[in-house]
Amino acid sequence: MKKNIQWKNFLNYFVVVILGIIFTVLTMSGGLSTSFRYLLEQITIAAIAAVSLSLVVGFLGELSLGHAGFMCAGAYIGGKVAYLLAENTGLGNSLITMIIALVVGAIVAAVLGLVIGLPALRLKGDYLAIVTLAFGEIVKFIFMNSDKKTFGGALGLDTPRFNSKYLFIVGFVLILITLAVVQNLMRSKHGRAITAIRDNEIAARATGINVTKYKLIVFMISSMFAGMAGVLYSYANYTIQSSKFDYNYSIEILVMVVLGGMGSINGSMIAATIITVLNVELATILTGNLAVLQRLVYSLILILLVIYNNAPAFKNFREKNNFRALAGRLRPHNPSRIDNDEGQWARIPTKIKMDEILSTDFAKVDSFSPDKPDKPEGGH
Amino acid sequence: MEIITTIINGLSLGGIYAMIALGYTMVYGIAKMLNFAHGDIIMAGAYAIFVFFNMTGHPVIAIVCAIVICVIIGVSIEKLAYKPLRGASPLAVLITAIGMSYLLQSLAQIIFGSAPKMVIMGDLGVTTIGSLRIQNYTLITLVCAIIVMVALTLFVKFTNTGRAMTAVSEDKGAAQLMGINVNKIISITFAIGSSLAALAGLFYLLKAPSVIPTLGAMPGIKAFTAAVIGGIGSIPGAMVGGFLLGIIECIVNALPGISPYVDAIEFAILIIILLVRPTGILGKVRREKV
Repeated sequence: MKKNIQWKNFLNYFVVVILGIIFTVLTMSGGLSTSFRYLLEQITIAAIAAVSLSLVVGFLGELSLGHAGFMCAGAYIGGKVAYLLAENTGLGNSLITMIIALVVGAIVAAVLGLVIGLPALRLKGDYLAIVTLAFGEIVKFIFMNSDKKTFGGALGLDTPRFNSKYLFIVGFVLILITLAVVQNLMRSKHGRAITAIRDNEIAARATGINVTKYKLIVFMISSMFAGMAGVLYSYANYTIQSSKFDYNYSIEILVMVVLGGMGSINGSMIAATIITVLNVELATILTGNLAVLQRLVYSLILILLVIYNNAPAFKNFREKNNFRALAGRLRPHNPSRIDNDEGQWARIPTKIKMDEILSTDFAKVDSFSPDKPDKPEGGH
Repeated sequence: MEIITTIINGLSLGGIYAMIALGYTMVYGIAKMLNFAHGDIIMAGAYAIFVFFNMTGHPVIAIVCAIVICVIIGVSIEKLAYKPLRGASPLAVLITAIGMSYLLQSLAQIIFGSAPKMVIMGDLGVTTIGSLRIQNYTLITLVCAIIVMVALTLFVKFTNTGRAMTAVSEDKGAAQLMGINVNKIISITFAIGSSLAALAGLFYLLKAPSVIPTLGAMPGIKAFTAAVIGGIGSIPGAMVGGFLLGIIECIVNALPGISPYVDAIEFAILIIILLVRPTGILGKVRREKV
């Protein structure tokens, strides 16, 4: 059997790869400024964080307000491991050091995700949201009050900075890994089980889905990638301070997920890019008391978008004016054009019945006699 | 003697937490939603007190005006942001509430700036009983909190509106069929919660006389923690949770070694209590029906 490859499913990989190659070539030819590379690093961090949070919020349907906590743990542990390796071993500040730091950060964050996933089995909705929030704050406070020698205390931990010219390439590779894992998970049987839990947990349990297992898996994978994003963050900055990873940062990632559309991986990445670019660009334009305008706009966008997408009163309006309906209206209506879309006919069952009736040959039916078989069989 | 002072301070702080937690828990019980913007109504109340106290110089007028303003803000938030989402998924409502909290904070920062505003209402003095020295504002806070809680309990138990609130929290549909105006009851709940938040704003100002736009964020989260510890949706639960959290906070703060970790310890206690009793100390277990 020929396997149909749906090329549009891989479009986002191509876009990421092509962008990565373009920026690499530009960096080699010296066409990219340092500030632009910094922006690229920030975008990759935000995109990984947003895609991983989208797994919990968009696909599993549980609100996590502690995503920054996982990033914080990843950043501190990964940063410390990288620092120790660079100082004490022959590896120095190499790519191998970075890979080890990434793996260690991811594993630590995944273990924390498992720990926070355990209460998630007994709690849901609002209770789980407050537990994740509490968890994020606990992680922040622990690193903030840590010993000055181990994690730098309130002043922050010094981390080695990888060759800053090419760090964003590592970010692009990590985005590809995140995409591959999350996208393949969600397109598999397990992904359908996860969305079934989101839509109706009791029904999912009744159909034999192991809710416990899937919730833990989702929390672990999500926090693992958040930890990786954290390690990348520690590499992109000279020092990391735990006060950065507070409740507000978790909300910022949540805004990316909501803005991109819940349950849309590409949407999360696009929203992460837009918000990071705005953050970095506006930070230079809006200074002092004007900086608050940015948060005002974010909160307004968040409220209006959620109300528009969810209010029962706007349901008819939404269905009439979504992208698909507008695109359909833009295309000129041409009755003579025949679409070779078999699925289209399957969606209109009455149409098929009409065709059957019209194409029936009545004369043949009349000449049918029960004595003879319809078709001559092989033996006769 | 030290321990008694600590416990009285804890009860006073717990009283503030309990008052804020009551706002959370009543709204949760009746509208089945977490009003994340509740903490920021405390901040709005504190700014209102700042404005009116500087204008009139009279604390009673200032607090009355602050309550009125907080009620207007609370009810209009409900009408504008939460009412259109009634019947939508809880996640959508929660995210809107978080957005509302941010909106209030950034509005306050635009109007008043990020520098702290001072509200000095005069020194209330110290009471000395034997070797016990207690700040008067802690006593005032504690007494006011207890009066408010008793009044609220009596209101919910013995007035028609209060009973209607209980009915709506038990079963919204049945309450509507019995002729209760559910929209009105939800508005009244938000009004009561917001006025309690305004009072909490006053007590915060008595404790530390400065207002910043993020004043309400941490007390809001702490009071929310208190409401969840006590069992969200339950009025006595919010009181128990509030006092418990206040006493824990003051005791941990008094211990020299672990006092920097006070917030982490409180949140850890929340997680442990929820793991043992997923509905909080006094929360009712609701069986989910298909």
